[in-house]
Amino acid sequence: MSVSVMVPTLLRPLTDGQKKVDAQGETVRHIIDHLDSRYPGIKARLVHEDEVHRFVNIYVNDDDIRFAAGLATRTAPGDKLTVLPAVAGG
Amino acid sequence: MALRISRTALDQILCQAAVEHPLEACGLIAAPCTEPVATRVIPMRNHAASADWFSFDPREQLRVWNELDERDEECRVLYHSHTASEAWPSRDDIAHAQDPALHYLILSTWPGARHRVRSFRIVAGRVFEEHVAIQE
Repeated sequence: MSVSVMVPTLLRPLTDGQKKVDAQGETVRHIIDHLDSRYPGIKARLVHEDEVHRFVNIYVNDDDIRFAAGLATRTAPGDKLTVLPAVAGG
Repeated sequence: MALRISRTALDQILCQAAVEHPLEACGLIAAPCTEPVATRVIPMRNHAASADWFSFDPREQLRVWNELDERDEECRVLYHSHTASEAWPSRDDIAHAQDPALHYLILSTWPGARHRVRSFRIVAGRVFEEHVAIQE
């Protein structure tokens, strides 16, 4: 069983317009690698220097992975991974 | 190219910015996916609680975005206030403005500001000011 990934509007051109895609992996890092193999280019939008890119938030279910184990955060079958733009400025 | 916003929504965010001054205020304005006018103001907590920086609280943001999905609405406008400068995007505002489809609205509560509200499209780091069309 796989993890559901909710894709923000901005990244949907990379997922053929799909809002929700499935991916497999035991950690967020593995899931992103799997996504990138199917939708090339998406990893570069989510990860920078092996950290979550500062312009996005990634959640496993309701939890922001920055406050968990980052890309090493574990996932279980049936989990929902959500990507949202990080909103900030000066 | 213009931002279409209701008078009520605009008054609401001006009021929020005044109340939260000297800290920066922030939030979004949503609209039903089929409607052209941005009407529903959703004030957000400034997680940074700062006079020169704002950020959405990630958990609050997830809850709001899920609610937009359930209501078949979309985020149309991201707004925040500047408390000691003009209503013009800062370098950090531009860096974080990743979505060319969004309106980036900036309010200034600085007494010296020439304009209280300005709206922008930001595309690949380039800033384009747009007209604010207020719907009475």
